[in-house]
Amino acid sequence: MTDETTHALAFTPEDLPNGKSFLKPHRVALILIAVAVIVAVAVLMRWDWLPRYLPRLGWGILVSMVMLFSTSILGFLFAVPLGLVQVTGPWYLKGLARIFCTIIRGTPLLLQLWLLYYGLGSLFPQFPAIRQSFLWPYLREAWPYGVAALTISFAAYEGEVMRGAFAGVPAGELEAARAYGMSRWTMFRRIWLPRAIHRALPTLNGETVLQLKSTPLVATITVVDVYAVISKVRQETFLTYEPLLLLALIYLCLTGILVVAFRYFENRIPTRGA
Amino acid sequence: MQKEHEVAMAADSIINWSLLSLSAPGWGGVLLQGFFNSIQIAVGGYALGLLLGVGGAFGKLYGGPVTRDLLECYTTIVRAVPELVLILLLYYAGTDLLNQLLGAVGFGTVDISGLIAGIFVIGVVQGAYSTEVLRGAIKAVPAGQIEAARAYGMSPGKVLRRVTLPAMLPYAIPGLANLWLIATKDTALLAVVGFSELTLMTRQAAGATKAYLLFFCAAGALYLALTLVSNIFIGALEKHARRGFVEQR
Repeated sequence: MTDETTHALAFTPEDLPNGKSFLKPHRVALILIAVAVIVAVAVLMRWDWLPRYLPRLGWGILVSMVMLFSTSILGFLFAVPLGLVQVTGPWYLKGLARIFCTIIRGTPLLLQLWLLYYGLGSLFPQFPAIRQSFLWPYLREAWPYGVAALTISFAAYEGEVMRGAFAGVPAGELEAARAYGMSRWTMFRRIWLPRAIHRALPTLNGETVLQLKSTPLVATITVVDVYAVISKVRQETFLTYEPLLLLALIYLCLTGILVVAFRYFENRIPTRGA
Repeated sequence: MQKEHEVAMAADSIINWSLLSLSAPGWGGVLLQGFFNSIQIAVGGYALGLLLGVGGAFGKLYGGPVTRDLLECYTTIVRAVPELVLILLLYYAGTDLLNQLLGAVGFGTVDISGLIAGIFVIGVVQGAYSTEVLRGAIKAVPAGQIEAARAYGMSPGKVLRRVTLPAMLPYAIPGLANLWLIATKDTALLAVVGFSELTLMTRQAAGATKAYLLFFCAAGALYLALTLVSNIFIGALEKHARRGFVEQR
């Protein structure tokens, strides 16, 4: 997936409005209309259920965030070798990494999630060795399967990005490192990896927002994230729109916070010229 | 001994190929029907998304300030909120609104087919994505080409048809190809609203027979086949669109 496509799918720091030219006459009018709509929604729709569910919603948001950050970090750790192997590895590792990325990127995440949860989940109990192992209490829960599926998915998409980033580091820089007598590992640690991450950073931000947009899928395997809490609200109150609108607003805010944080970090990384 | 027996039984229950047969006791036919539904929705939703995208991209680039801001809101919301949430919202809101509209006109309520609702939902989501892809592609067309067309006295519609659209295609095709692949995978999310596409059918087949791994792997193979076949066409299309470009490297 190219940088532009990621940008088309996910809200990224470039989309944030800049403060100078934001307020114009027509925008003031639009904002007033938006405020009127929000007030109408708040007054005319039913929100009396909200206080009762606030603590659970808070927990749900926390679970979603833990899912997002743990799987992004784990996925990135897998993505680095996946990308590196495709650029410089021996042919069999190259082939394996390519097949892995193709399969994961070619099938829906929901299907992978259900394959792991229902498929492996139904297979594991048939092996007494697994049932007696220390892992069994965890394997009976839903969240390890959610973490595994999201991590694998992120690793595959990010692996492609890292492959491009590793390949795109100018050969001259690596030759210079070698000329200084750096060992392969030092060269990788000091030059190749930092430069590749720097190149991949904008896409990485977009992929992380995409990962946030994928987290609600874990609710379909009974992990209680914010989406699952809202589903519970819908079942118990028989309301259709109010909980879903609130959920959309929550995700909008989470994405906004994430993107603002990314812009802050992007601005701190020095770049030369344009 | 017992352990070996259980492992053998497990292996036996993983691969019972007759479950995939096309006729009644097997579930192959059901899966293929679901796959067909998925493809229908993907094609319909992608086409609707392209229409919205062309309109959206031109509105964003050449529209008035209010149009631009409203389109910005549309693309921002779709790109910041999970597809799953959007699909639920659009699914309920879309069918509700249509029924209220029909009720107001005096037709009474209709049962909106899952296919139409699915195409609508996927189309609206894809519309925002293609707006962004096409906007980027149009901006990549050298401004001089469009200015030259205007200088020849072409009307805006003619400039669009003769210059902007053909000239932006090579820039747009990689992104649009990715969007097609995403559309095929996003149809799986409709399983959550109960539409009988491939993923939901697979889950039902797996639940009924307890052969989870077999069915989920079979469905994965179908999705993967769709992606790989699409990739062949995409490669040919990209090559065709980039003819006349200076090859890089």
